[in-house]
Amino acid sequence: MNAMLSAFFNSPDAMIMLTGALVGIAASVLGTFLILRGASMLSDAISHSIVFGIIIVWMLTGQASGPVQIIGAALTGLLTVALTELLTATRRVKADAAIGLVFPALFSIGVLLINIYARDVHIDQHTVLLGEIGFVWLDTYEIGNYLVPQAVVWMGVMACLNLAFVTLLFKELKLATFDAALAKALGFAPVLLSYALLALLSGTAVAAFDSVGAILFIAFVIVPPSAAYLLTDRLSLMLVYGAAIAIVSSIAGYWLAVGFNVSIGGMMAVMTGVCFIAALAFGPRYGLIAQDARRRARVAENAARTLAVHLFNHENDPQAKEENVAAALRDHLHWSQAKSHAILAKSLADGLVTRAGDTLLLTDKGRTAAREVLEPWARGGG
Amino acid sequence: MFALLSDYTIQNVLIGAALLGIVSGVLGSFAVLRRQSLLGDTLSHAALPGICLGFLIAGTRSLPAILVGALITGALAALIVLALSRTTRLKTDSSLGIVLSIFFALGIVLLTFIQNAGNAAQGGLESFLFGQAAAILRSDLYVMGAIAIVALALVALFWKEFKLITFDPSYGRTLGLPVLALEAGLTTMIALAVVIGLQMVGVVLMAAMIIAPAVAARQWTNRLGTMVGLAALFGMISGVFGALVSATGRGLATGPLIVLAVSAIVVISLVFAPERGLLPALLRQRENSKSLRGRRVLATLYRLAAEHNDPAYPAEQKMLDAYHGTGTASALRRLQSRGLVAATRHHPEPTPHWTLTETGIAEARSDLGGASQ
Repeated sequence: MNAMLSAFFNSPDAMIMLTGALVGIAASVLGTFLILRGASMLSDAISHSIVFGIIIVWMLTGQASGPVQIIGAALTGLLTVALTELLTATRRVKADAAIGLVFPALFSIGVLLINIYARDVHIDQHTVLLGEIGFVWLDTYEIGNYLVPQAVVWMGVMACLNLAFVTLLFKELKLATFDAALAKALGFAPVLLSYALLALLSGTAVAAFDSVGAILFIAFVIVPPSAAYLLTDRLSLMLVYGAAIAIVSSIAGYWLAVGFNVSIGGMMAVMTGVCFIAALAFGPRYGLIAQDARRRARVAENAARTLAVHLFNHENDPQAKEENVAAALRDHLHWSQAKSHAILAKSLADGLVTRAGDTLLLTDKGRTAAREVLEPWARGGG
Repeated sequence: MFALLSDYTIQNVLIGAALLGIVSGVLGSFAVLRRQSLLGDTLSHAALPGICLGFLIAGTRSLPAILVGALITGALAALIVLALSRTTRLKTDSSLGIVLSIFFALGIVLLTFIQNAGNAAQGGLESFLFGQAAAILRSDLYVMGAIAIVALALVALFWKEFKLITFDPSYGRTLGLPVLALEAGLTTMIALAVVIGLQMVGVVLMAAMIIAPAVAARQWTNRLGTMVGLAALFGMISGVFGALVSATGRGLATGPLIVLAVSAIVVISLVFAPERGLLPALLRQRENSKSLRGRRVLATLYRLAAEHNDPAYPAEQKMLDAYHGTGTASALRRLQSRGLVAATRHHPEPTPHWTLTETGIAEARSDLGGASQ
């Protein structure tokens, strides 16, 4: 057991994938609430602003990572949000423009401070934005008898914190997300909850910055929950699916990146995109294919009703022999041959229509369907 | 300073910064008014894979190829954002975030692919991430200038149409304008501004160049034409300022300096712009509440005089204070300086009293509409 664990912690492959998966879990559970609140782009703003926080904390304490940095980042994130809200509150600037004004300014100050004071440390804008997950196994802590990568420790801490936050406050978060007014009326302090959420997000961003970097972090925050949102209507399932997608993306992204010799963090983020496209295409209810199938089914349903109405109108007509034949559908309803065939086949299969030689006859069911269209007021009442 | 201006590299940077400021100011005005501020952020991040593809196809760091690549992936990103927000249950901001992060991640993957392929010509490709103004060549300027002219000419040509779809797209639709095409056109044109800014401020800070000049300009005017002109001016000033400071300073990056300059202009505009500025608004509000208090005190004096059938009725200041629930001394002094009231004594009381003057009576009467005798 000991040997297995230490082999696990000594394997760079395992450590890199574990870090990616932890980033993914920590980010996607928070991201779920962000995308439901329509605040996705705050993650973009916060992940840029933390550059400012990181350099300030470094100048004050000399530490480039660890708990002080995480707390500093949480404060920077809150500062970003508070400044954005302040700008919006002047009513001179729209909310989206306010976000786009605050984070570039904070980021710029951060970069200039790095330019002036921190030329020789390993903090540079490049590391902060892009990260280098390939080297996470280099810096380790000794825990028990194992050498555990620092990134794994800190991402693990953040993942546990975030999971604890969303499970313990699940009801409160759910209510505050879907009905902020009711949450407030019940005394749940939705504003405080949302600030706590954003503080955790900032802390997670800074813990993740030297592994996946600030910009790829956004991918883990927004994309897996968005994909999950296309797969389910249940909030709890959305959290689980989002985390699962993030884990799958980390593992698949790692091996693909190694195979093509490209950025590991970048490939992991690309894989979240691939998962998103899959959810977009194949989602059971909101997927494009399912939507298209539903639309087609509705069109066919309507066409079958049209056929039933047509037959019903001419049922007792002298011209029934001309009107109520398959060939008439093309001339009278302007249907193509293929469409006539398809709709006729469907109507026969559904038992709306029967055939007597060339003539098409309505069944009782078909007659009811036609009546429902022609006499909607009679529906149900008989 | 003049020695600086004659420096060849600095001339290039200055011209480049000015071009960027003008184009992003003009196109950003439309983006901000149409509440598409963050689209610029998404488009600029989405330019990265295009830069890499342009490089891969051209096989060398050819600016035209790179910019065409950036333009194509930027425009593609804009269209995907539109499609995602229209056809799925995702909100616009999620669509923006998804496209931003996935395109950027693709860009990073391609960038590392190019670097690890050991192509000697790839030097400087990374400068597009954060911008490297000093690396701008005169030939780059011609390309940037051509793009700027195309962008400005399109805006001039479709001025009326763009104005209409910015403020009232549904009216545009009833006039039979191809609103969707115009919107898509205006949206993808932001990609043109982004393309110009790539070398200057880099993909990360481009968002600010789209938003900030327009937000600043918006504070000074209610007219679209003036706003677009001011935004271009603000963009140009901050571009030139950032470029100059970066050239003189201790190796400070150009992009962040430009962004800080334009952010400062935003703050100044928000605080001091005459109509919408916060400070003028505060002063106006103060002035209003002071003048309102003065008029109420005057009305009180008038009613007291009327009640006592004595135009020169001396009202005690403490009584006025008590009646209004607040100190009236400053309001009375202001009325006195306008010659509407006069200080007086009412023996044997030692306290200050006030009485209306002739003009004060006339003023109060007209204020009260002459009705409340």
